[in-house]
Amino acid sequence: MKKLINDPKSVVDESVQGFGQAHADLVTVSADPTYITRKDAPVSGKVGLVSGGGSGHEPLHAGFVGRGMLDAAVPGAVFTSPTPDQILPATLAVNSGAGVVHIVKNYTGDVLNFETAGELAEAEGVNVRTVLVNDDVAVEDSLYTAGRRGVGGTVLVEKIAGAAAERGDGLDAVASIGERVNSNVRTMGVALTACTVPHAGSPSFDLAEDEIEIGIGIHGEPGRHRIAMENADGITDRLLEPVLTDLRITSGDKVLLFVNGMGGTPLSELYIVYRRAAQVLADRGVAVERSLVGNYITALEMQGCSISVLRLDDELTELWDAPVHTAALRWGV
Amino acid sequence: MVLDVNWTVKWLTLCAQAMAEHRVELIELDRAIGDSDHGENMDRGFQAVLDKLSDSPPETPGAALKLTAMTLMSKVGGAAGPLYGTAFLRAATSLGDSPEIAPAAWAGALTAARDGIVARGKAEPGDKTMVDAWTPAAEAASQAAADGSPDALTVLVAAAEAAEAGAVATDPLVARKGRASYLGERSAGHRDPGAASSALILRAAVKAAA
Repeated sequence: MKKLINDPKSVVDESVQGFGQAHADLVTVSADPTYITRKDAPVSGKVGLVSGGGSGHEPLHAGFVGRGMLDAAVPGAVFTSPTPDQILPATLAVNSGAGVVHIVKNYTGDVLNFETAGELAEAEGVNVRTVLVNDDVAVEDSLYTAGRRGVGGTVLVEKIAGAAAERGDGLDAVASIGERVNSNVRTMGVALTACTVPHAGSPSFDLAEDEIEIGIGIHGEPGRHRIAMENADGITDRLLEPVLTDLRITSGDKVLLFVNGMGGTPLSELYIVYRRAAQVLADRGVAVERSLVGNYITALEMQGCSISVLRLDDELTELWDAPVHTAALRWGV
Repeated sequence: MVLDVNWTVKWLTLCAQAMAEHRVELIELDRAIGDSDHGENMDRGFQAVLDKLSDSPPETPGAALKLTAMTLMSKVGGAAGPLYGTAFLRAATSLGDSPEIAPAAWAGALTAARDGIVARGKAEPGDKTMVDAWTPAAEAASQAAADGSPDALTVLVAAAEAAEAGAVATDPLVARKGRASYLGERSAGHRDPGAASSALILRAAVKAAA
């Protein structure tokens, strides 16, 4: 294992400290327990947005703290959900009195810890709503699993719900926009290599040189099946088809196309994937109105990508275009 | 053997020792069908329990388990934190303020712990989770406690052996809850890490009485 770290046990703390120093104009980092808040939190009269999850997915979530997106991010250990003793103070710190929305990716640990923190916050008089993100079409059978996972769509939920909160929507309205994004976005991912969790020291699964894993999540957990390596267009088709089928995308639909890197794939390759996906959508009469390409929700240094398609309407498009000023997403400011 | 607060603290200390010793093994089990963090999280959680126990020594077995519950809930993270936290909290509640744990009370505490895990995680026996260790353990302890007038050690051993057998029995199962469930059929052939750590905890209870 070759990594730019000092000690596997201090990876998250040192990384978060550096993040706080680099973006001191945008965020405040609180230590023991660790959470990151928007510099001007709580924003008077505004609904607070809190998300969190295991570390290792950077820039998610801390990179999305700032105007027009999250008010707080709560990082756990690498690939481990944060604990209620972090989530609760983060929730209290961003509550202006208008209530707080928790954006939670659907993993058993995240759900249980946010649920507990939400109950504790309610006991302290804070109104909390939860938006559960579960956009991963790789999980075929929701009945006999823990349900679909929250993956790429999380970034889009955080941006659009964040814009709704920023324009002054109330607690229920912000939660409802978040749920609308979640129900209109689907994602599918692929891994070309595994990733290595610092404290584990060896790759999270073994993949031969000529194999790829289809349907991976963002924790280096293996996917549904592995196949022989194919070219970029072939892999793109395999990812896009189940996304479009599940979302029932038809000719005339307007969409946002999001090609996300898993951390170890160069942007040039992500654009090759984007090219093919855009071509397939155009062939079907689908209008790609907005796009996002880059490493936004990653799995450490894993090579691979995910493709997300979000069905847009006028309001979602307007909220997507609204100004955002965070470490990882910034426009209109 | 009397299961008093000294035994309880010794048990928790041996739990911490077991998690440190088996840290890599639990990480490896989790690497196969999960996300490689279980051994690391349990080790960190139980080391924090040791710190708490020396900072504020508990006066009853129930108080020691409650302290353990709150610490695991705030330090472990993942699904294991809330699940073990709930298990220890329910066990603490079932023991109340009594200074000693009678054999039947141990069986009652394990049953309460199992019920807590089921309520929180919504898993059933056969889903390839820690429930597959706790359910046979609670049943074996209850049965041993009901047989005549057993000594504490007999009941502890019955629970530990049943948990170990339950953990081994998860090997061929296809996971239906937790992160391993995303693997579908490919989760078969691997032991569930949560069931494995549960068996270590109940084996530590035997060692504390030996």
